Amino acid sequence: MASTTDAPAASRTPKAQPRVLRFLSALGLIRESPVGVIGLCLVGFWVIMALTADLQLAAGLIFPPTATLMPLAFPGAEYIVPAGRMVLNQPVADVCQPILEGAKAGQFYCGTFWLGTDHIGRDILSRLIFGSQTVLIYAPLATLCAYLVGVPMGLAAGYKGGWVDDVLSFIANVILSFPVLVLYVLVITLIGASGTNILLAVTFASAPGIMRIVRGLALDLRNREYVLAAQTRGEPTWRILFIEILPNARGPLIVDSMLRLGYTIITIGVLGFLGLGLPPPNPDWGGMINETRQLMMAFPHMAIFPCIAISSLVLGFNLLADGLREISLRD
Amino acid sequence: MILTMIVVSVLLFLALEVNIESVAIKVLGPYSTQEQRDIWLQAHGYFDPLVVRYVRWLADFAAGEFGESIRFRTPVAEVLGPRLINTGILAAATMALVIPISLTLGVLAGMREGSKLDRGISVSSIITTSVPEFASAPLLSAVFVFWLGLLPGTSGMTDGFSILQLVMPVMVLVLYDFGYVTRMTRASMAEVMTTQYIRTAVLKGLPYRQVILRHALRNALIAPFTVIMLQINWLLSGVIVVEYFFAYKGFGALLLEASLNQDIFLIEACAMVAVFVAVTTQALADIGYTYLNPRIRFS
Repeated sequence: MASTTDAPAASRTPKAQPRVLRFLSALGLIRESPVGVIGLCLVGFWVIMALTADLQLAAGLIFPPTATLMPLAFPGAEYIVPAGRMVLNQPVADVCQPILEGAKAGQFYCGTFWLGTDHIGRDILSRLIFGSQTVLIYAPLATLCAYLVGVPMGLAAGYKGGWVDDVLSFIANVILSFPVLVLYVLVITLIGASGTNILLAVTFASAPGIMRIVRGLALDLRNREYVLAAQTRGEPTWRILFIEILPNARGPLIVDSMLRLGYTIITIGVLGFLGLGLPPPNPDWGGMINETRQLMMAFPHMAIFPCIAISSLVLGFNLLADGLREISLRD
Repeated sequence: MILTMIVVSVLLFLALEVNIESVAIKVLGPYSTQEQRDIWLQAHGYFDPLVVRYVRWLADFAAGEFGESIRFRTPVAEVLGPRLINTGILAAATMALVIPISLTLGVLAGMREGSKLDRGISVSSIITTSVPEFASAPLLSAVFVFWLGLLPGTSGMTDGFSILQLVMPVMVLVLYDFGYVTRMTRASMAEVMTTQYIRTAVLKGLPYRQVILRHALRNALIAPFTVIMLQINWLLSGVIVVEYFFAYKGFGALLLEASLNQDIFLIEACAMVAVFVAVTTQALADIGYTYLNPRIRFS
């Protein structure tokens, strides 16, 4: 018994290296689709922004996201601000250098509000950059959770069939019969708004959709020769599901995950917009739009930049999905 | 379908009404005394067994007795009715625009797959579906309300119904929605164009116009029908954001308000209505699909 379990394990380890390479070369394929490249660039831009946010803050390139500096400044305004208030209104280059390098270094914020500030004086650029961290942590995590729940359910339903399929499909149908946002609003108001609860709500609402897709794929794959071979070898069911069927269903799932990521970003934004998202001090794009839309008449920049940010990120994922689908159809 | 409704009602009941203490707090307010709560619970039969309470609750629901809204201090049905009509107007106006626009664009794009027109329509539909409503609403109102000053920025309808106030919400919904239906129509049309009967029609020497109008369209429009029916379900979500943004007094705004204020009976009624509409449109989509496509029969 020991030898039979060791043998495949030993034969898999040397393959691990080429598999990584194969994944990278598959990523390289995206170059063949111009739409996909644009999507990758948009997503990549925000990922880099999110990863370097703390570095940019440390290097003094951006203001701290929660500091209240100078309310209602228009884009491009230059200010030097000690301890939260404005004292001077002079060109930055003239005054900044001595302050940043002199004896009082570190006590002043000095720079330009490239995108202006919001109604209580927080720098919009910095909040956008830190907001991308929030979005890019919660959206992939929530999507991953939904997949962790939906994929096993779908595999079980599609492969087993019978009453397992009936029960799981019925549960999925019930959840999917709610209009999505109605479900989110109900769940979030019931369990309260916090990061974990957003993850829970997204998982609860999108796992059934994933389950349906996986179920369809598993139904299609369960009669293939390699599955029959595994059954004849007497492989346990979980091995057949996760080692034989799942890898062969990955193509459509990768495309779906990109679309779903974009959709989850919208969802998290909507929840923030409706005031059901993360609690206020966190920079959150949807919340930023909601907080500032009342003042849009006089200061349109406050709401417009977060709108552009969230749209560009969602667009990036959608274009990426489109590019990937185009490539997968070509093969 | 009826089974789904029943399960949903059980779920709602379990989620909202099992903890009777919290029901009493929601109805009587956080400053009510324990004694008051007990009297209220006793008077409304909350100490009966769970099953009895559920059956009575469901019977009340079926009879349209939703209880009294805590926030509005009126029967739920009175609040809900006008709101549903308002949302119906909004949804009907949106659909009246989405259906012709997206079908036309989808057919044009799918007619010649890979052409410049196709690429253009596909990319623009991806772009518009990537801008969520809560982003397109500020962007569009920045242009049309604040910059050009053409349209009113809110749709409260305080002095009676006004078409002009309907324009912005409908525009936002159409912009977000048409891309998806367009893509579905395009996919369906492109699939039909590769079939053998179209090739036969072309080889037969029929004019291209006739091939499209008489042979392709009829088959290509079956799949979008289902998608359009399911869009009604989606609209119920979409209206929450749009109604909230434009202060439109509709169903979505009501649901949000009820949820935020823990208005328990109003939440129950809104959720049941939403699910009822969703399940009904799904059933209609299935029935219509079998009617349009006789090759499919449900066993």
